[in-house]
Amino acid sequence: MKDGAFAGVPPQVVYAIGMVLTALVVLSVFVAPLAGVTSWLERRVWARMQSRVGPNRVGPQGILQWLADGIKNIMKEDIIPTAADQKLFPLAPYVVFMGFLCSFVVIPFGANLIVADLNIGIFYLLAVTSLVVVGILMAGWSSNNKWSLLGGMRSAAQIVSYEIPAGLSVLTIVFLAGTLSMQGIIKAQGWGPWDWFMFHNPFTFCTFFLFFTAALAEGNRTPFDIPEAESELVAGYVTEYSGMRFLFFFFAEWGNLYVIGAVATTLFMGGWQVPPVTDNPVLLAILQFVTFFLKAYFWVFVAMWIRATLPRVRVDQLMALCWKYMVPLSFICMLGTIGFMFMDENGRRIFGALTLGFAIATIINFFRRVGFQFRSAKPEFYWKPQI
Amino acid sequence: MSETASTETGFFAEEMTISVGPQHPSTHGVLRFVVKTDGEVISEAIPDVGYLHRSIEKIGEKVTYHGYVPYTDRADYLAAMFANQAFCLAAEKLAGTEVTRRGEFCRVIACELNRLASHLISVGTFGQDIGAMTPFVHALRERESINNLMEEICGARLTYNYIRIGGVGYDILPETLTRIAEFLDHFTPIVEEFNRLLSGNKIFIERLAGVAVVSKEDALSYNLVGPNLRGSGIKWDIRRDIPYSVYPELDFEVPVGTAQVGSLGDSYDRFWVRIREMQESVKILYQCLKMLPKGPAIAKVPKKFRPPAGECYARVEAPRGDMGFYVVSDGSEYPYRVRIRTGSYTAMSIIDKLSKGIMVADLIALIGSLDVDAPEIDR
Repeated sequence: MKDGAFAGVPPQVVYAIGMVLTALVVLSVFVAPLAGVTSWLERRVWARMQSRVGPNRVGPQGILQWLADGIKNIMKEDIIPTAADQKLFPLAPYVVFMGFLCSFVVIPFGANLIVADLNIGIFYLLAVTSLVVVGILMAGWSSNNKWSLLGGMRSAAQIVSYEIPAGLSVLTIVFLAGTLSMQGIIKAQGWGPWDWFMFHNPFTFCTFFLFFTAALAEGNRTPFDIPEAESELVAGYVTEYSGMRFLFFFFAEWGNLYVIGAVATTLFMGGWQVPPVTDNPVLLAILQFVTFFLKAYFWVFVAMWIRATLPRVRVDQLMALCWKYMVPLSFICMLGTIGFMFMDENGRRIFGALTLGFAIATIINFFRRVGFQFRSAKPEFYWKPQI
Repeated sequence: MSETASTETGFFAEEMTISVGPQHPSTHGVLRFVVKTDGEVISEAIPDVGYLHRSIEKIGEKVTYHGYVPYTDRADYLAAMFANQAFCLAAEKLAGTEVTRRGEFCRVIACELNRLASHLISVGTFGQDIGAMTPFVHALRERESINNLMEEICGARLTYNYIRIGGVGYDILPETLTRIAEFLDHFTPIVEEFNRLLSGNKIFIERLAGVAVVSKEDALSYNLVGPNLRGSGIKWDIRRDIPYSVYPELDFEVPVGTAQVGSLGDSYDRFWVRIREMQESVKILYQCLKMLPKGPAIAKVPKKFRPPAGECYARVEAPRGDMGFYVVSDGSEYPYRVRIRTGSYTAMSIIDKLSKGIMVADLIALIGSLDVDAPEIDR
């Protein structure tokens, strides 16, 4: 590096600047739209479930609503209350945001589409998502507001507790895969549902739901949204925030929703694995990306659906659910899975098929319930994708 | 602020005083509670009322009897029809005015539709307080249909000014009657759907079962009325026990709390009484549509309404319980004194007693289950 604009600058610094710039590009072209579109999708899905229209003005079907909201919030005055901690208060949103952003490093969108396939991938993910709780606690404490404090304390108790069942569920899958690397876990599965860890045995099937529930709780989603429970704590830890800082919290929340879906897909649903249909690497990469995206967004949709359906639990019930039911159950599932690992290939296949059958029976029963609902409520059916 | 020191650790624990309201999302208007908590557990919640005081009683002394009817709408804007009716009953009793038979039926139809609308708001916002957003929007959707019907009946969607002294302001048209019947056919399965979505939800039941239990004795001594009283298992309904209008001719049940998920008189019982009252209102409406007689909707009442000197108390069963108007006349065109007795005001007084030892989230559930309504408290 003796010539050009960087003459005399140590190569490490150039490298670091390059990394930061790349991160900014990734942030602006991928992560921001992802969180934004998720927010739009959530509002639309929610609106449909509640017989409303939802945002449909900005862009086709309102898909650019998040952009308008972002611009509006940047233009707003950045209010820092005089009673708040002048250093921690402005810093807290960025800590939350960083915890969420760092998790994108290890999310495998395709066989080669991953920022860094760390050999401790899933462990790294659990570690960086814990940063979120530091940020929330910081926000709750530094706001110097009683509602914020209650929200921050609730959040700390909740996230720390639910990391245990989530960690145990992840550990179950790590046992099966024999690796912590995200790509390694995906490669240990196949493209068909019978090769997924979700249907490996009945215990992993339970583990999946334990993991998904714990992840919802860690992401502060309904029915576990008690840290910002708007009907109880006004807005919880975000009560004093406004403008872009307020938006950063929600940015992280919606982005986290996608991370939950992506991790669930990676651990339990075969990640980007596609059937061997083509040898073209570009086509294959696109196919893998789309597969991963759809699987992840399916669970994002389920999380939205749950949010539209369920009321909120109380804080003591939340703790009881974690410590009395989910932690013991995750232990049982982990031990059961260890037992299943001694089974030979044929036995594994048979149990996988049985679990898959059970899952299909559950889904059929679910649609029978939906049919019952339709018959008794006699709703008017209509097909209006564009409103 | 009381301080308690733990002698073993030397740490000081302080009670936190939080002001819930007047701009809190789930105080349904402008209520305020001064809450003292130890962490999340409430040790004291003192209601602070008066933020929505509009001197409706004093206004009554300054306007004529006819002119006061629109003001009564504002006493409880979620159930304006009942205040209309209670005041008109009082004025009619004073003057001895006879209401036409069709007018009575029109009153009952309008009131029961309004009861549906009010209970829909109540159970919907209650769901929202517990954290379920969808039932709230579904309830509001149904309420919109009722508002449309109300608009057809009397031209207004919220403050009706429909019930007048001697009858009702406008006759209900035959097309409107058909549309009311259509709405009722549509609404009956919606209540079932609502129950499947919210009332039967495991989390919802867990949140409410056994929370803020009002015993029979407490309900009587704190003068609770309406669904709050019936939730504690006491069968008392003005429509049945001190009959007015044409209610004695109608066949309906008075639902009471049955402790079906927790203990008798808990938050869930009060909620469930409201759901069942909606079903009873639908039954009443079907009967009224069938029995509606022909004739004039309003009796001949002089423009200058001067009841003879005297006093009178008339009460109706409003969605929030016994609503009473005490009117004193000195023989002039203006009432000498108007006093309004409302259900929410007495319901507020029991909150302090019930809130000891429950959590902040339960306080919100308690306020929602009592269905207190800020305009009705302050008037």
